[in-house]
This record gives sequence, C-alpha cells and structure tokens, in this order.
Amino acid sequence: MTPYGSSSLAGSTHDALTRKSTTASRKMAAHRCSCSSWLFILFSLSVFVVADIHETTPVNDHHGGADHNAQTAEQTADQPAVEGRRWEATEVKEAATVDAAADTQGTSAPETVVPSSVPQPKDDFQEELVIRPLHSGDIYASFQFRTLWDTDFMRENKVSHYRLFPKSLGQVISKFSVRELHISFTQGYWRTMQWGQPFIPSPPGAELWVWFQDSVTDVDATWKELTNVLSGIFCASLNFIDSTNTVQPSASFKPLGIGNVTDHSFLRYATLPREIVCTENLTPWKKLLPCGSKAGLAVLLKSEKLFHSSFHSQAVHIRSVCQDWQCKTTSWELRQTVNSVFDLHNSGQAKREWSLFKMFSRTLTEACPLASSSKLYIDITDNPQGEQFELSPATSLLSQAVVLGDRRTFSVYDLTQETTFGSVRSLNLLIRWKSNEGEMLRPLLHAERYVAGYGLQTGEIHTLMYNNHPYRSFPVLLLDSVPWYLRLYIHTLSVTSKGKDNKPSYIHYEPSKDRVKPHLLEMLIQLPPNSVTEVTVQFERALLKWTEYPPDPNHGFYVGSSVISSLVPSTVAMDTNSTRERPLFSSFFPCKEESSYFVRIYTEPLLVNLPTPDFSMPYNVICLTCTVVAVGYGSLYNLLTRSFQIEEPNPGLAKRIANVIRKMRGVPPL
Amino acid sequence: HHQCVNGWMTGCVKRFGVLKRYTNTGHLPFKNSAGQFFSSGHTNNWAVLVCTSRFWFNYRHVANTLSVYRSVKRLGIPDSHIVLMLADDMACNHRNPKPATVFSHKNMELNVYGDDVEVDYRGYEVTVENFLRVLTGRLPPSTPRSKRLLSDDRSNILIYLTGHGGNGFLKFQDSEEISNVELADAFEQMWQKRRYNELLFIIDTCQGASMYERFYSPNIMALASSQVGEDSLSHQPDLAIGVHLMDRYTFYMLEFLEDIHPASKTNMNDLFKVCPKSQCVSTPGHRTDLFLRDPGSVLITDFFGSVRKVELTMDAINLTDPIKQMEENPVNGEEQKEVYSYADQLPVSEIIHQKPKQKDWHPPDGFILGLWTLILLVFFKTYGIKHLKHIF
Repeated sequence: MTPYGSSSLAGSTHDALTRKSTTASRKMAAHRCSCSSWLFILFSLSVFVVADIHETTPVNDHHGGADHNAQTAEQTADQPAVEGRRWEATEVKEAATVDAAADTQGTSAPETVVPSSVPQPKDDFQEELVIRPLHSGDIYASFQFRTLWDTDFMRENKVSHYRLFPKSLGQVISKFSVRELHISFTQGYWRTMQWGQPFIPSPPGAELWVWFQDSVTDVDATWKELTNVLSGIFCASLNFIDSTNTVQPSASFKPLGIGNVTDHSFLRYATLPREIVCTENLTPWKKLLPCGSKAGLAVLLKSEKLFHSSFHSQAVHIRSVCQDWQCKTTSWELRQTVNSVFDLHNSGQAKREWSLFKMFSRTLTEACPLASSSKLYIDITDNPQGEQFELSPATSLLSQAVVLGDRRTFSVYDLTQETTFGSVRSLNLLIRWKSNEGEMLRPLLHAERYVAGYGLQTGEIHTLMYNNHPYRSFPVLLLDSVPWYLRLYIHTLSVTSKGKDNKPSYIHYEPSKDRVKPHLLEMLIQLPPNSVTEVTVQFERALLKWTEYPPDPNHGFYVGSSVISSLVPSTVAMDTNSTRERPLFSSFFPCKEESSYFVRIYTEPLLVNLPTPDFSMPYNVICLTCTVVAVGYGSLYNLLTRSFQIEEPNPGLAKRIANVIRKMRGVPPL
Repeated sequence: HHQCVNGWMTGCVKRFGVLKRYTNTGHLPFKNSAGQFFSSGHTNNWAVLVCTSRFWFNYRHVANTLSVYRSVKRLGIPDSHIVLMLADDMACNHRNPKPATVFSHKNMELNVYGDDVEVDYRGYEVTVENFLRVLTGRLPPSTPRSKRLLSDDRSNILIYLTGHGGNGFLKFQDSEEISNVELADAFEQMWQKRRYNELLFIIDTCQGASMYERFYSPNIMALASSQVGEDSLSHQPDLAIGVHLMDRYTFYMLEFLEDIHPASKTNMNDLFKVCPKSQCVSTPGHRTDLFLRDPGSVLITDFFGSVRKVELTMDAINLTDPIKQMEENPVNGEEQKEVYSYADQLPVSEIIHQKPKQKDWHPPDGFILGLWTLILLVFFKTYGIKHLKHIF
C-alpha cells in the first residue's frame, strides 16, 4: 500500500478537513479514503478504484438514499456510523502501525514507509473460516489456514529448525526439490449451478500436481518417489499414481506461486478419481496445523460431522509467494483448506435454522494462540438488511472483498478479540432463515460431461461447456486425461457451439500407449456469448488382461474429471496487486488483469464399464461342468443315438453346374 | 480411556525419574525392582492388523480389525508401530448411515473408528503380495515408514487377520487368497531375518485353525476363532446399519481387552479362555508348542501393549543448546535486483503461438519424389528405352 504515508502530500482539502473533524477511531477510515482519492488522482482509474477490498465504497447503495456519487471521504466515513456498522480494516495491525509511522515520519517517501516500518516475522500463521449460506438452503463452509515462512529450503545447509511450518512437508520440499505442490482429496461433486464457484476448486477423488525445480534431473523418478512419500503422509493410496495416470500438461496448470519458469517438463499432474476420503486422511492433515485440532478454528473439524455433508474437500497447497510488496524475496506459503457443503435437510430438521454447533457439534472458544489473525466471515451480500436470514450474535464489523469476479460483503468475527465470545466465552453463530426467495447469480461458466453410446465396444465422451455471459465470449483451456483402456478416436473429435464448428486455436494431443501412458488432450477454445459448446470424441474399449482387473471390476472404471481453466469476464475490477494483504479466500489465484478473473472448474468424473469376464466361482464351476458334459456326455450320446449310413461321394463341380442348369430347364438332375 | 493410558504412561516415566534420583542417593533396592520392567525380553512392540474383505456386507471384518486397533492403541502402541490394512472403506461408505464411524456394538454404542485413525494400506492396496512384503520387509525403497514393519529381533509382533477363509486359505479382496503354507514360510523368513522376538498370531475366519497348522518357526503363539471344519459366526446384527457389526470371536475378545489396562497382570491363559463354545458357537483354538515360554507367564500387554525404551543412567549429561540461530544475512537484500512475479494463469496468445514439439527429422516429401525422378532419369539416360529388355 503505497499511499498511506502520503496523505499530506496528496493533501486534498476535504482530507484535511476530515482529519480535523473526525475522532481518532475514524481517522483510519479517513486515511483510507484519502488513499483511494490519491490513487484516483495518481492512476486516473475509473470510479471503481475500489479494487482495494477494504474500501469504504458503495455498499451504501443498498441502504437506500445514499447518493451514488457518494464517494467523498466525509460521506463514506459517516455512513457506517449512521448504520452502526463498522468497515473492517483487515490490515488492522499493519494499517495502525503504518498510520502511526506515517504520522511520526511525516512526509517520507511512500514506497519505503510500509515495508520498512513493520518488522517482518520469520513465520506467520493465519486462520480463516468463510461461511456462505447458499440459495439452495445449503451452507458452504470454507476453512483456510496459511503458514508463511521466510526461508529457503533449497539452500546448502538444510533447514533443521521448524516452528510453525510442518517438518514433514518441509523435508519433502527440500528432498524432492519441489517448487510447488498442490494436493486435494475430495468426496462428492461440486455443483456449480446450485452453489456457485468454490473459492478453491478440486475434482472428486485425489488430485496432485507438482512443479519441480529445474535442478531436478530425473523428473519421473522424483515424481514416483514423491507420490510414495505423500501416500505415507496423508494415508492415501497415492502410490497408485504411476505413468499410466500421470500427464504433463503443456498449457494448463501454470505455477500459482512466483517464478517465471514455465517449462512444462517440470510439471506432473495426476488424479485418482476413485480415491476415498475419510478420517484417516483428515487426521494427518490436521496434524500439519500448528495448533493441531486443539485450538482455533480447527476444533470444528470433527470427522463425524464433516463427512456427513454433500461435499467435502481438503487440500494442501505449497508455493512460494512474495515476501513483501517489492517481491524481491520469496517466502514459502503452506495453505491448508477444507471446503464443505452441508445439507440442511440432511440433518433431518425441517426448520431452516443453522448454527455452528449444529454443523460441527462444537462452538468456538478461542483463536489458535499461534495465529496472527483468526477470523470468521459470513457472506451477507444477498442479505444486506437481514431480509433473508438473521445472524446472531450480530457483529458490527463488515468487510468487502472482490472474489471470483464479484464484490461480496461479509460480517466479520475476529476471534482474537475477547469481545467476540461474549460473556459465555463461546461463539455459537446462529443463522435463522426468514424467506426462501432470492435468485443466485448464475455462474458465467459451468461444464458437464457424460458418456454416450451403448454396448461394451464403443462409446462417445461428451463435454458441454456453458458460457452464460449475455454478450461476451471468453477463452477456456480444456484438459482431458483419459486412461489408455479407452482408445480415443481422435479423428472423430468435434467442437461445436451454436450448431457451428468451433475451431480450437490450440490443440495438444498425446496419444496413449497401452499400459504405459494415458491420452492427453488440451484445447484452447473460445466460447461464444450465451452458448453451449460441445466437445465430443468417440472411443473404443480395450480388453484388459485378466490380472489387470481390480477385485470389483463390475463397479466400472473411472475417468478423471476434465479440467477447464478460463479467464472469465469480471463484473467488477479485480485486484491485480497480488502482494496486497487480503483475506485468504480471495488471494489464491493471482490476477493479471482487472477485467477478468481466472477460474478453474472440474467436470464430473466418468464411470465406464469395460467388458468384464465373470470371475465368480459358481460361474467358473458351471462353465467347467458344462464343458465336461458337452464334450464327454454329448459325444457319447451322439455315438449311441446316431444311425450311420454310407454317404455318396460329392459330385464334381461340373456335374453340380450341370444339375443347376437342368433344374432350371425342368429336367431331372444327373 | 485415553486419559487413563496417558496418565499411566507419564506416571511410568516419572517413576523412573524418581528411581534415578534415589539410586543417585544410594537407595539401591529400587534399582533391583526395575528388573520386572524388562522381563519379557522385548524392547519394542509392533502390530499388523489386516482386514482382507471388500464390500459393504463385510462391515464386520473392518469392525473386527478396528476394534483390535483401538485396543492396541489404547494400550500404548503408537500409530507409527501399527500397520493397519483395511480392504475397503466402511466408514465413509455411501451405505453407511453415519459417515466416519464404524461401530462394534449395537445401538451405535462404541465407535471403534474414532477421530484419530491412520490407515496405512487401504482399498486395492490390501493384497497378498503387499501383506507378505510388509511381513518380510521386502518393499520398494521409496515406501514410506508408515507402511513398513520396521521390527527387529527384540520386537514382539501382534498379527491379526480377519476375512473369509476356508480350510488352509484366507481370501483377500474376494479375488485372491493366501495359503497356510505361504504364511508359515513368510514367518520363517521373518525369523531368519531376525524380524521378531515373539509373535502372536490371531485369526478370525472360518476354519481358522487350519491357518496356523503349518507354522514351523519358533516363538510363535497362535489363536484362531474356529477349528477345522467349523464356521466362525457373526454377531450383533444392527437394523440401522443393516449388517452384522462384529464376528463373535473378536467381539468377545474386544470385551476382554476393554478390561485390560497397561499394568494389568492378565496373561495368555486368560485370552485362551475368551469366547467359549457357548458364546462363539465355534470352538476357538490355540497353538503354543512353538512358543518357548509358558503362556501363563506371558502378559497380554507383552503383545497388546507397548514398551517404552528407558535407559537408566547415573552420569550427568550436559545438554548444550542444539539449535543454532541462523545468521541473518540479507543476501537477497539490495544487490539482488531481480523482481519476481506471478505467472499468467492462462496466457492465451502465448499458448496459441507455442511451438509444437520438435518431431524426429523426416525428409520433406518433395525431396523424396525428386530423388526418385533423378534415379529414373539417370537410369533411362544410361540404358535407353530399347535396353529395357535386358532388365526384365
């Protein structure tokens, strides 16, 4: 945040006025406003400079009567006071110290004030829970835990002293020269059309993608070892990741962390769509947290409740991020997330009412003592006046964030504050619905996939991608990884939208090799506005050797989700400053331009039946018995019952032809 | 229970602390009494717990295994020393009305799955091959520690198997089986590789006694739920869950183990008496002829509990601070001018103009055509059309 120290430099008159007239508590707001106006002048951006999430701008529109041009400092500073609500300064500490610094230092150069005045901690832990009531009546809960550590795992003397960062993962990073690691375990399928976009997407089953450092010589061997080690850490069958389900995408899965190296030979991507997710995966995941599941938000992660949900996803993301705004040094970021969608009707209560205790069978009593920030956000964008649901206890702290192309408003509960827990020393948030109305904003992009065809020989994979934007087209990058036992007929590949051929501007196809590697298909397609784009490709099912069938072959074989990466037009200006302090949920995907945001969605995995022999014992017994009966008894019976007679020798060819002619003439044959 | 165990364990360690102080001041009788802690001849405990059955209707086999897991964990064997193999996921099975639980008792009384479980081999990983590799230690080099049985010749190992079996075999995943001869050979290999001190083998399956008939390695004690020719029966049908929750033998063994605490003096003879025919319907069997000690002197906790390695010392040890604070040298400070940036997630133009992968070199088609024309031209120039008859 450059302009903090420079308010006096910028020195617009109303700024000075407000500074004199407002109280100390409102001083900060004034500063922020001054900053926005300063930005306004400096960058001559549009009215919505508001990319700053903690901006005090036009939510007041909802409150009626507020002037649309009410961008002046005074009004924005006054409005919250009238409403009895307070806009959150997420950079509470930083902003405060910076303010102080700015006050004391006076007119120092804006670039140097912020980072130098705040001593950077060596490691830092933040936790956050976002709860979004969905229009379907479900509740979306998203936990994020972030550990930052300013260290270099790759340097000569190995890192040996760990504090907040889990040692098991630190050793993995340095041993396997990992640059970036993303692993997720998901149960259930994210229903985009009902629930909107998740903060962090993940496909059903297990997904793992890793960028290695360019110092790695044998990437495939390192990858294999890494999957084995991770399978031990997370109690999962990740050791089933081998060359038959690993691909090397050529354009998808760019690194999410910093670094300009994009040589895709250091990237590996694999999914296990059938992987089950249960307590044994959550237990080691929780052990990676500095507070474990003993304190802070993680106490809510009780497996009995968490797995009794419509959707559950847990993930670990490791990447390197900028240490400060200058971005000359990096620090390692470990982001642990749990995303869950709870079905209200699942719990058997007809009343539309929900509380932390009902959802997690726990209430919150404290923040993790090691956390520098611990917050609970409730999405109240669709509920500005409390007409949809009612929150209790109410909070006066509000916050705004631009996330997934939309500006959302949140009620914030700061768990590091004693007052949050009230006199009962425990926070049990309650949401009581008042009405069922309200339409969800239709997601601009969603996709689905299915298998068509009948029989066990051939079939067709259909992928449908919907662009719901009324007038803008946008590009999507489709990645499909299909196992070798479905042989794709790539010449039948067709991409159509609105009944016309839609020629992909980039196609990358790697054919499969039996028992060695899967198909990889990547296509860059422009989706026309308000359209459905259909990608179809035919395939043939291969026969497996009988030892290659799993113990339950009749269940079918899974094909992992298609991955669709896209730049979707945003309705509000996105925040392109990736080094700015933001709530965790809005800071996962870096954003390069203001007009669009990056989103990744996954389709359903496919379940395909392969021709399967019957392995059951009765069947084999019947087959054997029938063979014995047919060959033994059949021939004996045949011998006994047949009457033998001498057959005349076969007439020659000439004679047969002659007979045919004679037959036509009506003369008796020879 | 967990509270109780922890309390005892810390109590145990504390006692040694006291002991040490007293020995230092010359109270020798305490030192002699320490002997009883090391009487059994082993210094560490391991457990390999295997459920070999897949599919929802075999819920009870998973519950069997998890109930033993619960017991050994409660009695002090840490997760790092337990290799738990579950052939199917019952807890988060879609048919489970209460996800993330596996119950051993009716009316959802005892959740043996718990909130802190680490399954080392699961689903398709549970195969005869993997099981034998774990026992014999012949695993690929990159196998993580949690999937290995890192025992030595001072280890007491508990091996528990449950699943569907017959005379002389146990089925794995309904698709393959392990025979009693293979199992006996694996144990022999373990013995020869000095991978155990004593081994307790328990199997709950039909005709279970047939599985230990062929054992020939020393120091093995074996128990089975039924004799050859007998079926082992299930127990505890639950209407809400819709399947049987446990097998009879393991159910009564769990009841028995629930009363054991880390300091209890219950011995193997008591374990042999578990589940008489009146309760089990089948006749549980045991085999002790390979075992050197008298079962009456073998504590249950010699196999189900854990030994903490404690060494007594009378020397004063100076602990230096092992953690050296790293020197804060801002190498990356001013001299480094490189500014990092985030990668573009979908660089459209870059992708479109991405160069296709270099293929193996192939001469252009025109070149080959030209070459052939040249050859033919030279040919006709040399021989002329009238000499063609010499060629053909």
